Amino acid sequence: MPNPHASLSNAAIFDRVCALIAPFNKKAVALTAQTTFAVDLDLDSLTVMDLVAAIEDEFDIVLPLNMLPDLETVQQVADAVERILKDA
Amino acid sequence: MTVDLFDKFDDIIAERDALLSAGLADPFHVVMDQVLSETEAVIDGRRTILLGTYNYMGMTFHQDVIAEGQKALADFGTGTTGSRVLNGTYVGHKALEAALCDYYGTEHAMVFSTGYQANLGMCSTLTAKGDYILLDADSHASIYDGCAMGTADVVRFRHNSAEDLAKRLGRLPAEAGKLVVLEGVYSMLGDVAPLTELVAAAKEGGAMVLVDEAHAMGFIGANGRGVVEEQGVEDQVDFVTGTFSKSVGTVGGFCVSNHPKFEVLRLVCRPYMFTASLPPSVVATAAKAIEVLAHSGNRRAHLWENSKRLHTGLKAAGFKLGTETAESAIIAIILPDQDTAVRIWQGLLEAGVYVNLARPPATPLGMYLLRCSLCASHTSEQVAQTIAKFIAAGRAAGLTLSETPPDGADARTASGLPGSGAAAATA
Repeated sequence: MPNPHASLSNAAIFDRVCALIAPFNKKAVALTAQTTFAVDLDLDSLTVMDLVAAIEDEFDIVLPLNMLPDLETVQQVADAVERILKDA
Repeated sequence: MTVDLFDKFDDIIAERDALLSAGLADPFHVVMDQVLSETEAVIDGRRTILLGTYNYMGMTFHQDVIAEGQKALADFGTGTTGSRVLNGTYVGHKALEAALCDYYGTEHAMVFSTGYQANLGMCSTLTAKGDYILLDADSHASIYDGCAMGTADVVRFRHNSAEDLAKRLGRLPAEAGKLVVLEGVYSMLGDVAPLTELVAAAKEGGAMVLVDEAHAMGFIGANGRGVVEEQGVEDQVDFVTGTFSKSVGTVGGFCVSNHPKFEVLRLVCRPYMFTASLPPSVVATAAKAIEVLAHSGNRRAHLWENSKRLHTGLKAAGFKLGTETAESAIIAIILPDQDTAVRIWQGLLEAGVYVNLARPPATPLGMYLLRCSLCASHTSEQVAQTIAKFIAAGRAAGLTLSETPPDGADARTASGLPGSGAAAATA
């Protein structure tokens, strides 16, 4: 069964990722492509993993935890989601 | 120029300095000057009730166990100085593996040098690139580290949620290898996993299942074989890992299994191969303790009584606890912040009670916990004293608590039957 989100544009994915970050964005940091999770958003590793679960459920994908070291910014996450959706 | 590699720890150093300069003791540097028994030690010159050990079944001073250790120390020396796969397997190591097979009723058992290494080894070796390893969100560090050491894709599911596990398994390719890693008792809050549902979801999703029974072995289940026994899923679980550093009373780890190819792990599992094997005295005490644990129904019953008594007493006093009822021998008190937690912890220590202080990231949901773990050798009086001291220390730290330890502190008001804790977990 094809993933209904597979045709989403990078920009649309980015916006949805930002919406998912909102509940975790306790310091109300303005989100840009370059916003980082560890430094700018000050998220600890457990919170990042909760965010991953939310992203997986939003797009119905698998975003393995072992990818996290390469995903430092919001844009990098949006790109990874796009790649996973295309590969599925 | 040389970058000081310790700069990255500056925040942690500052946080600790702030605690100490506020006049508080350092919760992570307690020294036991003397150990008087399974339940008492001397700390800072003070006789102290130990309520933060994992000595659930009181095996550390069992006379028969000590005798076996002394004999092995005299006969085989202080250590093996070698790997299990070279010169480090003595007759005692094989006897210990046989004792584990007897205890669990399995074909195979493999003894590691610590419980941490057992999980590290199993998680990293069973799965490879292209496989998936699914772990509970609240998994122990050894499981997370085993996943990080391996090459499989790692997927985390919501704590104790069979529904979330099933959903995540459903997204994986049918042809990929899958391992679901669970724990019988989760050590921070002392809650029991609904293994019946979780194992069913794992099997439905085509996964093999590993259950870490570190905090359940010896205590939970009619014969002490853990939550897998209690919930009747032993025949559906592929691997059980555990430790000798809790109910068994020494140090070391293991994995038991009926998988026909299990023995190959001795040739491929790096945390098993590239470390020295356990000393002969340790394996001798472990084997004897496991034999004793198999016939310890009375100890198990008394440990349930102690656990329920402490839970009932603290709850009635108004403390917020990690579980609604006592589900294991771990009773966790949830506190609002680090300052309150450390103040109560120190108040208890000064009153002669040692408990564990646990904080993020070891704890889920950013919680600060005072974690009590009971021993089958604690007397009812020790438990009653502990409840009274908790109330005094809690009040001194500013918590609003009941005036006197209520009658509810008596375990006779709770159902003292082994196993009712596990049933409550799935309710």
